[in-house]
Amino acid sequence: MRNEILKMLEHNSRIDLHDLAIMLGTDETIVVQEIEKMEQEGVICGYPTLINWDKTDTEKVTAMIEVRVIPQRGQGFERLAERISNYPEVKSIYLMSGAYDFIVFLEGKTLKEVSMFVSTKLSTLEAVSGTATHFVLKKYKDHGMILIEKSESNRMKVMP
Amino acid sequence: MRNPLSDKVIDIKPSGIRKFFDLVQEMPEAISLGVGEPDFDTPWHIREEGIFSLEKGHTFYTSNAGLMELREAIAAYLKRRQRLTYDPAHEVFVTVGGSEGIDVALRAMLNLGDEVILPEPCYVSYLPCVQLADGVPVTIELKEENEFKLTPEELLGAITDKTKILILSFPNNPTGAVMSRSDLEPIAKIVVEKDLFVISDEIYAELTYQMDHCSIASFPGMRERTIIINGFSKAYAMTGWRLGYAAGPEQIISQMVKIHQFAIMAAPTTSQYAAVEAMENGDEDVQMMRNSYNQRRRFLLQRYKEMGLQCFEPRGAFYTFPCIKEFGLSSDEFAARLLKEEKVAVVPGTAFGDCGEGFLRISYAYSIEELKEALGRIEAFITRLRAESR
Repeated sequence: MRNEILKMLEHNSRIDLHDLAIMLGTDETIVVQEIEKMEQEGVICGYPTLINWDKTDTEKVTAMIEVRVIPQRGQGFERLAERISNYPEVKSIYLMSGAYDFIVFLEGKTLKEVSMFVSTKLSTLEAVSGTATHFVLKKYKDHGMILIEKSESNRMKVMP
Repeated sequence: MRNPLSDKVIDIKPSGIRKFFDLVQEMPEAISLGVGEPDFDTPWHIREEGIFSLEKGHTFYTSNAGLMELREAIAAYLKRRQRLTYDPAHEVFVTVGGSEGIDVALRAMLNLGDEVILPEPCYVSYLPCVQLADGVPVTIELKEENEFKLTPEELLGAITDKTKILILSFPNNPTGAVMSRSDLEPIAKIVVEKDLFVISDEIYAELTYQMDHCSIASFPGMRERTIIINGFSKAYAMTGWRLGYAAGPEQIISQMVKIHQFAIMAAPTTSQYAAVEAMENGDEDVQMMRNSYNQRRRFLLQRYKEMGLQCFEPRGAFYTFPCIKEFGLSSDEFAARLLKEEKVAVVPGTAFGDCGEGFLRISYAYSIEELKEALGRIEAFITRLRAESR
């Protein structure tokens, strides 16, 4: 049941819980209880909205920054990751395998703002040994949703 | 000039759905719940395999019966899902959709005047295909109180000494009815006793809810009397690829392939390569779509209950077949008024046989958002009808 609820919410967090219960063949009260429990347990971490900012008049710049670090004795990567997470500009940070250690997604108003953040805040952290910044030029798909315009469906209206 | 046409063709009634189709065409803004095909795109890995086959230059005919690789995959599927064994070399061939399989099976098996039993409501092509093959259609009116299943009594009542074939199509379009193993058992017994053959249209076999599909070919003595028709359209959302298959005893299949080779030559090559991928790696997609249809099915049935619209619980395909007899309108009138007044297109039950009078086919191969909107409009419509009649 939990997995079924999560799959539906992951796709549409605003789904009517009454409808959701019908679709899963259960009671609304059970669905509400399960969701509350999962919120408390931290399984459900939030309900943000996927926005295509390119379609608004708000300027946004997204960058992906590779960060190489020197792990601190006794602390590994955790402490530094927590520090970087605290910056509100940082949208995501993941520990990676491969040529670098962290991948950091940043959001800012301008290229300059993002660059300044990297050079003054990120690179200057003691444990950071190097960064490489890649700016996002266009988003085609985000969080499983295709953002580019789809051609209109030519499905028929009535067919046997 | 002489009459250029065949009397036989002239005598065939145009599909009842056609008239309604024209009506809907004039109203492009209407929400439709009238289509008999999945709303999902073909899964990407299947489409990609079609594209790869073109890139590799697989642009020639395949053998008449279809790619051996695909026939082997089909035989393996029937073994895995129905525990039925067919020789891919002689007992399976690939058709242009399930529809070709129906037509070719009837043409291969019927002699002038042979009777074919058609339990109605059923898919629109069976009856004209029987007529085109010089057979005589004998219809049985399936009853809502039997959940639109064929009963042994109904079958016995329709059999004469001219009866040759029974066409079974479960899970059913348009009713969504399913026949379980225990429902089919007495039917299979009668078929064997009366020395009949069955064309079993199992195109919706993968779309059953809370029960598994059972093929009539799996009963004792039935394998050699049954032609299974199936395809890729419904299970893998591949309607536009036009690909199906038939499986049965070599004696019949070889003659069907003969007609197919002269009429069609071979099924589309690109589609066949894509279908191999579908059969080998498509189980998860089928499961995802089945799950989604089941959610919508529950949603629709709950909404009917809330608005007091009578409907038996369908267990297969992606159709509901609600009863509208309480409103005193014919199916045609109801559907036409619903379209005009609320801009929702559904198919009158009569498109699938006279006994569909008093019913509508409402498909749930639509997103929940579309279903929700359309059902809200249907509710407004029937509330108005009830107020009018008071």
